[in-house]
Order: sequence, then C-alpha cells, then structure tokens
Amino acid sequence: MKRSFSKGSFRPPLGRVQNLGSARDGTEDFIRQRLSAIALVPLCLWFAYSMACLSVADYQTVVAWMQFPINTVLLILLIFVGFYHAHVGIHEIFEDYLHSPVVKALSMVAMKFALITLTVASVLAILRVAL
Amino acid sequence: MAAHNRPLSPHLQIYQWQLTAVMSILHRGTGAVLAIGILPFVYWLMAIAGGEASYNQAHGLLASPLGLLMLFGWTFALFYHLCNGIRHLMWDAGWGFEIRTVYQTGYAVWIVSLLLTGAVWAIAFWK
Repeated sequence: MKRSFSKGSFRPPLGRVQNLGSARDGTEDFIRQRLSAIALVPLCLWFAYSMACLSVADYQTVVAWMQFPINTVLLILLIFVGFYHAHVGIHEIFEDYLHSPVVKALSMVAMKFALITLTVASVLAILRVAL
Repeated sequence: MAAHNRPLSPHLQIYQWQLTAVMSILHRGTGAVLAIGILPFVYWLMAIAGGEASYNQAHGLLASPLGLLMLFGWTFALFYHLCNGIRHLMWDAGWGFEIRTVYQTGYAVWIVSLLLTGAVWAIAFWK
C-alpha cells in the first residue's frame, strides 16, 4: 500500500486520526502564561508587602485598607490574573501527570469550575467590603 | 517483542541531583503549593466580608502556630516562584543559557527569595 502523507506534514495518517501530536494551539497558553507572569511580578510584591503590614491589623484597619481604591483595584486584578495563572499551571501539571483520560477530564473540569467559583466569590467579597 | 530487555536511559533514582534539576521541579512544586494557597486567601477575603466576628476567627486561625508556619511556607513559595519565574522569562527572551550563568542566576534566586521572605516577616513582626 502506498503511504500517503499529506503535503508538508510528516505525521503518518494513523497518528493524525488518533489526534496524536501537537493540537496547534499550545502557543496561546504559553503566551498567556508569560503575560500573566509579568503582570504578577508587581502585583505579588504589592500583595506580600500589604499582607505583612496587615499582619496584626484589627477589623476596621483591614476594611479601611480594602476600601482604599488602589487596593480594591489591585486586589481584584491579583485575583483575575493570579487565578488565571494558577489555572494554566494546574492544567499543565494535570496534563503531565494524569494519564487516565477519565480521571484527567474530570480533574480538569473540577479544577476549572472550582477556580471560576473562587474567583466570583472573592470578587464579590471584596466588592461587598469596598462598595 | 522484548521491549523490556532494552537498555533504559538513567532515570531519577540513578541520576545525580543537581541545582538545575532541583530548581526546575521546585518551580512546579511551589506553583502547586501557591495554587492551594488560593483556598486560605479566599477564606480570608470572605471572612472580612462576613464581618468583624468572622474576621477575628480567621485571623486567629491564620495567626496560630500552625497557621503562621503555613503562611511562612507560602511566603517562601511565592518569592521562589516569582524570582525563578523571572529567570524563566529571561530564558524565554534568549538570555542566560550558558552553564555558568544558569548556576549564577540559580543561586541568585535562592538568595533573593530568602531575603524577600525574611523582609516580609520582619515587617510583619515589627508592626
């Protein structure tokens, strides 16, 4: 039988129908992981410093801190960017270490649902204090 | 086909640990630890939204010996992942691939992340 490779591709037909190899959209994840990483450098430094300053703060001090507009904005940004970065990272870890397709799919879905729920819950909590 | 009789390349049990390999897996490890740290962070935010009583309860929990120990671990994980992340970004830009530079930046990551961890806890205790 004549082996028919499609033009410009070295992937054999069997590998192609089994969806082996690159899915051709990995670059997007790579770029977004780096972009969120760059944004997280100043955000995390600000966050760590703020948490250190609030270490023994009473309730009124913490609320006043959270109501200060710059802190509200940075805190929400930290949640969106940080949780997104965590999402990409956990996705990568699951892809590498979970080999059963069922376990992998269920873990991915659970992780995504959990992170989205946590994002909504934290932003609501911040707005409730800040507004 | 006797595939299991083929010689295998050295795996983790036999491969000598080196700074580069340890730092690489630690980057993923600290990333996973930080992802788990999302849970106490969200708990803290929701406790503040819940009012003074729930905030005091959360603060007491986080300021307990076990809570402080975990927060210390998360502080180091944050700064290690941050510093080594910058090292990764430099590699992405094509800089620092010489063996000598890789080790220099590797040691720099340890020093800076330990210093930043110390600085944050110094601020926290001086307050």
